[in-house]
Formats: sequence, structure tokens, C-alpha cells
Amino acid sequence: MNIHEYQAKAILREFGVPVPDGHVCYNSAGAREWAKRLGEGPWVVKAQIHAGGRGKGGGVKLARTSEEVRLITREMLGMTLRTHQTGPEGKLVTRVLVENGCNIANELYVSLVVDRGTSKVTVMASTEGGMDIEEVAATTPEKIFTETIDPLVGLTAFQCRKIAFSLGLGGKLVNRAVTVLQGLYKTFIACDCSMLEINPLVITAEDNLICLDAKFGFDDNAVFRHPKLSDMRDYDEEDPNEIEASQHDLSYISLSGDIGCLVNGAGLAMATMDIIKHYGGDPANFLDVGGGATIERVTEAFKLILSDKNVKGILVNIFGGIMKCDIIATGVVEAAKQVSLQVPLVVRLEGTNVARGKEILAESGLDIVAADGMADAAQKIVAAVKGVNP
Amino acid sequence: MSILINKNTRVITQGITGATGLFHAQGARDYGTLMVGGVTPGKGGSSIDGFPVFDTVKDAVEKTGATASVIYVPPPFAADSIMEAVDAGIELVCCITEGIPVLDMVKVKQYMKGRKTRLVGPNCPGVITPGECKIGIMPGYIHKPGKVGVVSRSGTLTYEAVWQLTCLGLGQSTCVGIGGDPVNGTNHLDVLRLFEADPDTEAVIMIGEIGGTSEEEGAWFVKEHMTKPVAAYIAGITAPPGKRMGHAGAIISGGKGTATEKVAVLRECGISVAASPAEMAQALLKIYKP
Repeated sequence: MNIHEYQAKAILREFGVPVPDGHVCYNSAGAREWAKRLGEGPWVVKAQIHAGGRGKGGGVKLARTSEEVRLITREMLGMTLRTHQTGPEGKLVTRVLVENGCNIANELYVSLVVDRGTSKVTVMASTEGGMDIEEVAATTPEKIFTETIDPLVGLTAFQCRKIAFSLGLGGKLVNRAVTVLQGLYKTFIACDCSMLEINPLVITAEDNLICLDAKFGFDDNAVFRHPKLSDMRDYDEEDPNEIEASQHDLSYISLSGDIGCLVNGAGLAMATMDIIKHYGGDPANFLDVGGGATIERVTEAFKLILSDKNVKGILVNIFGGIMKCDIIATGVVEAAKQVSLQVPLVVRLEGTNVARGKEILAESGLDIVAADGMADAAQKIVAAVKGVNP
Repeated sequence: MSILINKNTRVITQGITGATGLFHAQGARDYGTLMVGGVTPGKGGSSIDGFPVFDTVKDAVEKTGATASVIYVPPPFAADSIMEAVDAGIELVCCITEGIPVLDMVKVKQYMKGRKTRLVGPNCPGVITPGECKIGIMPGYIHKPGKVGVVSRSGTLTYEAVWQLTCLGLGQSTCVGIGGDPVNGTNHLDVLRLFEADPDTEAVIMIGEIGGTSEEEGAWFVKEHMTKPVAAYIAGITAPPGKRMGHAGAIISGGKGTATEKVAVLRECGISVAASPAEMAQALLKIYKP
């Protein structure tokens, strides 16, 4: 789950992490009023979409007067913003963040992640603020400093000071860095983050530290204990099919190809995509129905795949463990009837209750191509979609 | 011989009175596993389908002599269940539960430091020594006793590999599903080390996927220390970056942990990498003569 920048900053503010004063606005008159309330200016107007690279696309602008805030907001609202992260279709701007500008003296980078190597939370900092951290890691790794955090004691003051000194900070900035870093760690733990990135963390001309941008990654497995965070979810920013999928506990990601996939298990689902490509086809989606799928869930999964108009054929690949093949078979038959299936369907079943599953498919009277093994299944669906008889 | 479990391993099920726990406890017993009881807090003293139920893991261990446990407890409580098993001195804990918050697992890992328990999982199918002991959710009939070890991050892909082996007449010594989560108990390297030391394992199939560096660490061990042939398959060649593919672990960030990079490292270390998931057993046969 992702959230907007203004929401991220509100969370940080709650945990005592310094962020610019600002407010989210949905219309230009409101933006002007908020600008006046916030202070003297200048202000920054920032388009709120779930994608990075907004500045280059015209989604971040400086305003010197409150009237300018109004004009910029009017221009931004309703525009489709295209950045390197939105894809060519771009994203519609429906809200902006108006916030006080600050006098930037220097820009730093800070992030926290769960490091799989150490199984601990790690803080990462760099002097190269404003840059893509992957690029810094590739070109100048010596400019990245890390500290591994003991889950028992948390991020200690001395670790924060080590980072501050490594970043070349001195004077009052050292203790301010301790406050910022410990506040970020507190936020990370309290919100069950998988990632929290501040880029840039700004040193102002007045020798303050302030988070100019903030990006949260939340652990999907922990959302159940953060009802407040789920309320922040902006459904307009997400793929409608992926929302539909998550409501049925399906793990679905839409892709650009024409072969729909219905698989159990994430690893097998990825492998199924790989083998379709291997035989010259192109997968339309990743879909893991999971271990505890019911007939209804399988039916929903099937409908979901078919709602993608690019889909010219479907491959069902099931190796039943928890998942029973007869349940999948019943779900497939139900769904195929409900949606009056028009595209070729190849089914490969193996595992728990496989014999019963195959019977259900055979008795259904539907035009289903049975396959033995993954290679056979992939070859058959690729051939079918290309118009050759499978 | 085998690794981790055999016909003498006494196993308990944590969460045995839940539908999933009971179903798989029965399945394990039918397979021949010494499933000696289960734990559900508050239901101690009762029994379910012939399995004695205990309130705590400590009770269960004292009364049954169990040395292994399998966990089917729902995600919000599963981390606690792992720690309870660790505290009771269980030697092997297989946590099947999917969806445990990653920060819970960070705490569990810290808690386990300096204790003797080995954790397999979470979010895994479990461990099976064919013909002897099945701990987990894998369908038993696809396995066959033999000499090939299997280690994998993905459940259903493990079944795929096992089935390919069995269809070619190649049995398995032990199959270990280590799970797809970013913070887990046992990694590829740990299992490869056990297989190398096991006199009855002659060859290994290692299955990995995008994200992290567990496969690479395993591969370096193969290159430096392993005398037995190893074949591998890495899932996710076609996965788009930045998307979480079901497994919390299966996400590529910033070019690190892509399938292409992993395959290159594995090949460099002398591992026979299958070009497609349908060719895992054949990839092994290229370098292993049973």
C-alpha cells in the first residue's frame, strides 16, 4: 500500500519529525487561503500522485505570492502528470500540497529498511540528497553510511551521532540529526513499515534539519493492526483490477501480455509467467489464488482475468498442496459458465485430489484443453493464442 | 538417512484444533509421521481425532517427547507461537503460516539467538523425508524415497521439482521449503550445508526466486565447499521490477536480486541452471548420474 506525500508528512509530524508546514488542497481558492494561513511565502505547490519524478513533469512549483499559489493550483488540478514512474498514460492530479518553502543549504538522504541479510532494521544515510540512492550505491558506494539496529534497544543516540559525523555534520546539527533519526525509527516501528525514505533531508540556512519529501512502504502483512493507515489508501491511484483482487484475497498484478494466468503459489505463478515467455508467449498477469482458496475466490479470479480485454487465452496451472484440485476445477467450471467463456482455456492440474479435479473438468462439457506438465501447458496455450490448433 | 527429520521424529501441531491444523495433522499421520499431539491454548486435556491436545508447548513436550513442531496458527499470533516452541526447547520448528508481519519476525530472530532451535519458514510448505516423515502441507504421494535433496523458497515450485524427479524415477532424501518471506529461519546455505554432510544425499536441486541474496550465498558455498552436484531454477525472469509478486520476498528493488543476476552467479559457481521450470530434473541429470 502507498500513501500520498501530505499523508506521509502528517504521520511524521505526529512522531515529532520536522516537516514543512503545509496543507492538502482540492481547489485553487482553498489553496490561496491556506497559503495565507501558512505564512509569508514563498510556498511550494506539489501535485499529489503516487509516483516519483514529479518535479521534472511539472508537478512541483514555487509560488512567490498567494495569488500565484492559486494560479499554479488551478493549472495542476485536473492535469495528467507523466513521470518516469507513472508510465505513458500518466496520473490525474486531484489534490495538491501547499507548503512553506525553506532555504536549502544542503541536501542529505536518509532511509530505513528491513535488511534481509541481518534480519534487522537498517538505517542508511548519504550526503547525496536528492539523488536516486540506487545510483549512488552503484557509482559512489563510499558515500552511503549504514547502521544496523538492535531490535531490543532500538536506534541508539551514539549510532545516530556516528551517522551525523559521517555525513559531515557539526555543531547543533548533530543533536538535531539524533532527534530526526530516532523519530524516523519510532515511526517505522509504530507503523510497521517495510521502508521509509526521506529524500531529501534538508539542512536549512538557519541550521535546521527538515524532511522535504517522504516515502513510506508499509508491510502488507501488518495492515490489519493499523486501521488508520488503511483509511489513507487512495483507490484512485491503484489499478482497479488489483483493488478488486485484493478484496477477494487474491494476489494479482496486471501485465501487458495476452495470456491470462491462474496459478497457486507465488513461486509457481512467477515460473508460469517465465515458461509462457520461454515458449514465445506473453503473460497478461500474475495471479496467485493462494492456498486456502474457495470456489467463490477461484470464480472471482477467473472473472478478473477475463475483465482484461487483452486476454486471448487462459492458462490454469495448479499444483495442489493445501489447495485442492477439485475446488479449482469446480471454480473454473462455475466461472466459465457465468462469463460464457470465449477464449481458449488450457488447464494443468496436479497434486491433492487431482483425479476428482480432472473428472469435474471432463464432465463439465466445456471446451477445456487438458495438459500434462508445465511445458505441455505453456506450449498449448501459446499455440492456441497464436491461432494454431493446440 | 536424511536431514532434519526421519521416521523416529516425534512431532506436535501448534493450532491443531483449527481446520487447517487438524487437516494436515491427519494427513501427516496418514503418511506415517509420528504426530504425537497438538497445542491449542485453553483446550488442554481434551483430544481431537485421537490427538491429545495441550495448553502449552512445554506441556506437550513433557508428555509426548516431541522434538519437532509445525505451526498453523493465524498470522497475528504465529510469531508468539514460534517463540513458545523455542522456549520449550523444540529442535525443529516448521512455521507454515503465511502473512506474519516482518517486524514480528525481526523480534523472533533476535529471540532465537543463542538457542538451539532451528526454524524453517515461515510461509513455507514444510519439510518431508519421503517414506518416513512429513511435516507440512505438501501432497505426500508425489514424493519417493531416494538420494536427491531439494531446497526451495517456493512451495508449489518445490512440488513441481519433486514431481519431475519422481516421474524420472529419482527419489528424494529430504525436501525443505524455506519459505518466501524476507526474514526467515533457515536459508539455502544452511540446507545445502546439511545436504553436503548427509551421506545419503547424492545431489541437490535448489529453487530460488527474485529478491534478496539467499541463492547467491548458497551458490558460493557450492563453489567453495560442495562435492555433490547441484542444479537450480530461479523464478521471476519476467517479473517487472518494484512489484511484489505474492511473496514478500519476491520483489526486485534497484536491480538487486534480479533473476538474470542470480542465474549468472549460479552458473559461475558450477551449478546447472534449468532454462525453464519444466526442466529442473533434466538440469540435474546433465551433471548427475544416479
